[in-house]
Amino acid sequence: MGAQGRISGGESQTLIVNRILRPLAGLVVPLIAVAAALAVGAVMMLLLGANPLEGYRALIGGAVGDSAALADTALRAMPLMLVGVGICVAFRAGVINIGGEGQIILGAIASTVVALALPDLPRIILVPLVLIAGAVGGGFWGAIPGALKAYAGVNEILSTIMLNIIAAQFLSFLLQDLLIEKGENGIKIQQTQRLSENSHLPLLPGGTRLHLGVLVAILVAVLGYFLLFRSARGLRLRSVGHNPDASRYAGMEVNKSVVEALALSGACSGIGGAVLVFGSTSHRLIAEGGAAGFTQSAGFNGIVAALFGGLHPIYTIFSSFLFGGMLTGGVDLQRELQVPSAMIVALNGLIVIFVVSSLKLQKRLAARWEVQASA
Amino acid sequence: MSQFFTTTVLIATFASMIRFAAPFLLAALGETVGQRAGVLNLGVEGVMLLGAYSCYYVTLNSGSALTGVLIALMVGAVMGVVYAVVTLVFHAAQGISGIGVFLFGLGFTDLLFQKQVGTPISIDRPAEFSVPLLGSIPWIGEVFFQHSPLVFLAFALVPTISWMINRTTFGLNIRAVGETPDAADTLGVKVNSIRAAAIIIGNSMAGLAGAALVLNTGIFQQNLTSGQGFIAIALVYFGAWRAFGAMGGALLFGLVSAIVTQWKTLGIVAGSTSALAAMLPAILTIVVLVLVSKRIGAPAALTRPFDRAS
Repeated sequence: MGAQGRISGGESQTLIVNRILRPLAGLVVPLIAVAAALAVGAVMMLLLGANPLEGYRALIGGAVGDSAALADTALRAMPLMLVGVGICVAFRAGVINIGGEGQIILGAIASTVVALALPDLPRIILVPLVLIAGAVGGGFWGAIPGALKAYAGVNEILSTIMLNIIAAQFLSFLLQDLLIEKGENGIKIQQTQRLSENSHLPLLPGGTRLHLGVLVAILVAVLGYFLLFRSARGLRLRSVGHNPDASRYAGMEVNKSVVEALALSGACSGIGGAVLVFGSTSHRLIAEGGAAGFTQSAGFNGIVAALFGGLHPIYTIFSSFLFGGMLTGGVDLQRELQVPSAMIVALNGLIVIFVVSSLKLQKRLAARWEVQASA
Repeated sequence: MSQFFTTTVLIATFASMIRFAAPFLLAALGETVGQRAGVLNLGVEGVMLLGAYSCYYVTLNSGSALTGVLIALMVGAVMGVVYAVVTLVFHAAQGISGIGVFLFGLGFTDLLFQKQVGTPISIDRPAEFSVPLLGSIPWIGEVFFQHSPLVFLAFALVPTISWMINRTTFGLNIRAVGETPDAADTLGVKVNSIRAAAIIIGNSMAGLAGAALVLNTGIFQQNLTSGQGFIAIALVYFGAWRAFGAMGGALLFGLVSAIVTQWKTLGIVAGSTSALAAMLPAILTIVVLVLVSKRIGAPAALTRPFDRAS
């Protein structure tokens, strides 16, 4: 009786550790990291002669102030979520995909070409088709560094960054040449013609700018969760990421997994490229302010969202909204206090540094609680 | 294309090869030192941007490029201290924390540039220094011996760094903590102190690389480096973790950049084709990485944090 009581007591304590304290450690530490980054942001604003309280008030107001602001936040969160889910898949499989920018661009190009080639397809077919084309384009651009890593041993961080540069220049080439809008006037704007009405992502009811893309992003995140944590393929990918040598010994195809992870990761970003084109108000592929103007740097910010979401697709949905809100609010910060919204990029960098620096701390905290619970 | 193959143009192209190689070289040498100590620093791009902006801003306001360069060096050193704490004390994953440094550098320099400068203003580039006698040799003098002092410094650092790594006690310790940190620790080498020193040297040189870049262009802009810091990391692999190897890679990329720039000036590539030409350095980087991927000689403990307890 006594022994049984002790065991069940131990079990309930283990339960507390596993179900409550561990996730809490997983939550508290990133939140501290963000608080630290926001504190640095406050110092930056002070140095730039802006009142940090007013700054953060403008930021929050711009992010969640009214329904239009909320819709903008969701639209900004959408590409972050898509890239972020891809990052979850890649990082869990042990490959560091920094190529989101290039994969977004290739997804956008592939889907645009499909919409230009088949403008008369009915909307119910063309909309899914452009999304698939985006996934294929981005997946292809992701498979390249995957194959280079698996079969030629090329560091994927460097190759994905180089493929970002190549994709940006390729987009610039296409928009000045093959895909440029045929106009009578001599002014050449780097943009395609307005794409077929049938390819536009339908708006969601509610009178805001919200469109189907947001739902697509959430759906991809949920699918990403099932892929990673509820499928044999996901188990293989995570196993390879955790210990490639042991996985190889267990008979898993490590090289194939690397290519697969980067291709899947790229496909997610590629869908992001498609929704950016077909959900845009201009309904065309346009590189105003360069390639980064089109991607909104989501290829990088999506990494931040995924890391902050603990590389879990479902948590990445929420962290994408957080960072989408910061980016939307950053516009108001710039307008109201003349603090350039580039500050948000700097803060994102700090958040990455703080979050990855806190992982050791997080593990120690969880371990300590575990020891206390078992003692 | 015929206007490209004239003596004057070719000599000017080779001279700019040397000039364009300098930022690559400084950054790659610094990264070589860090990697030999077992630390991968992917933040080079961000530190280069910080160095470039601080050099630009200080030179713009003080009128002294020397002060600008020194400040860039110091900014690099400070970032080195930060990166040392992040990787050595907190054991942050070296790949991803470097991307954090990159994003910080990208956003922060853009923020400061918009806020403090706004409209792009050119700074006076430092006067070119012609080496006595050697500088007056026809053709060769113009290519190799008439450059700004920072370019000469970059190339002078090649044998210096090589000597430091291979012939000094400090260099021996760097190699020891990069190959077998546990054994080095047993022998009383302070692993993390040596690594911290290597990181600070590496980041200071990345700061200098940024200064060299902005003194070449004479103007700062958002994302001025456009991937050069990442290419510099690839050059470390290309150079098989040796200073002279890094120099070979830097010259190769200096040449490609010089040719692309010259083609743009001459109008050989324009508009859409110049976008294609701008892909060349990135494509070349991937080709180089494939070619050197089987290269042996990577420090055995690269990216592995050292912890005596484990």
